[in-house]
Amino acid sequence: MNTLRTLEATQQVALLFVGLFGVLTLISAAAALASLRERSGEPSLAEHARRSRFKRELSALWVGALVFWLAWAWGPLGSTLLFGVLSFLALREFITLTHTRRGDHRSLLLAFFVVLPLQYVLAGSRAFDLFTVFIPVYVFIALPVVSALAGDPGRFLERNAKIQWGIMVCVYGLSHAAALLLLDLRGAQGRGAFLVFFLVMVVAVAQLAQQVASRWLRARPVVRAISRSFSYRAWMVALAAGALTGGLLYWITPFAPRQAIALGLVAALSGTLGELVMRALKRDAGVTSSGAAEAVTGAVGLLDRIAPLAFAAPVFFHTVRWYLVATP
Amino acid sequence: MARLAEFTGLLLAFIARLITGAQGHWQGCPPKAEQRIYFANHQSHLDWVLIWAALPGDLRAGTRPIAARDYWTKTRFRHWLTREVFHAVYVDRQRSAEQDPLEPLADALRAGDSLVIFPEGTRSTSGEVQPFKSGLFHLAEQFPQVVLVPAWIDNVQRVMPKGEVVPVPILCSVTFGAPLALEPGEDKRLFLDRARQAVLALRPVAP
Repeated sequence: MNTLRTLEATQQVALLFVGLFGVLTLISAAAALASLRERSGEPSLAEHARRSRFKRELSALWVGALVFWLAWAWGPLGSTLLFGVLSFLALREFITLTHTRRGDHRSLLLAFFVVLPLQYVLAGSRAFDLFTVFIPVYVFIALPVVSALAGDPGRFLERNAKIQWGIMVCVYGLSHAAALLLLDLRGAQGRGAFLVFFLVMVVAVAQLAQQVASRWLRARPVVRAISRSFSYRAWMVALAAGALTGGLLYWITPFAPRQAIALGLVAALSGTLGELVMRALKRDAGVTSSGAAEAVTGAVGLLDRIAPLAFAAPVFFHTVRWYLVATP
Repeated sequence: MARLAEFTGLLLAFIARLITGAQGHWQGCPPKAEQRIYFANHQSHLDWVLIWAALPGDLRAGTRPIAARDYWTKTRFRHWLTREVFHAVYVDRQRSAEQDPLEPLADALRAGDSLVIFPEGTRSTSGEVQPFKSGLFHLAEQFPQVVLVPAWIDNVQRVMPKGEVVPVPILCSVTFGAPLALEPGEDKRLFLDRARQAVLALRPVAP
């Protein structure tokens, strides 16, 4: 551990990626071996579905890890570009799911081609103060104006709320992941990648823990109409798992163990609740599962994967930045 | 120059995919290098680009759109775009007495190319699919060996409503249905209605 600490920040980050890709390679190799061995018996339909789902999740993990690595390796420009493209694709999916009208055309153009690039330019240039208020203040006031100028009063509030939420989740939320990568904290320069890794791990573990716990505990869902897997007990398990993961990862962050546990809790809290909100949004749009949406719009389910991160990233970013800058 | 046209084509297909996804769902038939007439609903200027981008790359060169001669040859750029990049078949909108308006299409089919046509004639603004014009019937009669494939283009009216010039990124899909054939001795109106129903049947059920 001491030899690790003496390394440069970039060397440590590089080691992080070697570890990450090593684990992924191991999992993939094990999966490939398992599929070779099981080839002999005829798999049942449920087994087949489970396997193809596992394969899909694994390839999504690979893509996620690659994006993460490229974002770090390319520096500020590359990471803002990459996350910008992700934001674009996610917002495209979000807007496809909501029902916009003809009068929304100009507002949507503003969202896609002005707000999104500007937000990432702000993130890339590390102008974090303006970055924080640009969307909640300026954009959220400008958008309804553009919408009103289109002259369609029908469902005005609803339409604007939808576009604003799309921007909030897909642009504002996700851009904080890019910003986190570029955040230079006192005493931890050039180690933003660790913060992103910390955040992603905690959110992913919390999500996984919630799914597993809800299957085992069979507790009553709190909001059956929105999610069948969200129960208070499963949620508690998820929060505990998130906090524990945060604590276990404290050594890659600039935090003390207790701070890491608290931040893990914050990330798990916002991530799991973010997923719940995304489910409600999807139910509202009339999509019950991402498989059904795929058939209609060709949506690839990117939104599902990034939603917890998009909710957790701004909360985590501001907690870290405010807390670590404010305390001497 | 040919290189530039090819590059422009790839660029346009890439942009179409970036903006709309241009997902092709081959529900009724696989994409195949045989002579076909694709016929689809028409809601936007982008319809052609969408079908074109949804086709596999090697089928694009042999699949041609129909372009109105007066509009698409007016400026040098438009002419170049439709001629070199899309290999469009030009038709005259004004009917002249001596020439059959379908003649250029028939020429293209005789040359072995595939066509994409929008039998409604004009873009519909209401979202309803209008009755089909008879061109499809006459082509089917003249070229019984050409496979007729119905297609439904979904969501594209949201990408670029009539009167707007910049497209909004929204996912669209093109669903290709099972091929249709003209029955021997089938009535023109009956066939056109059947073709229209085949296109409508591909419309995804509203959630």
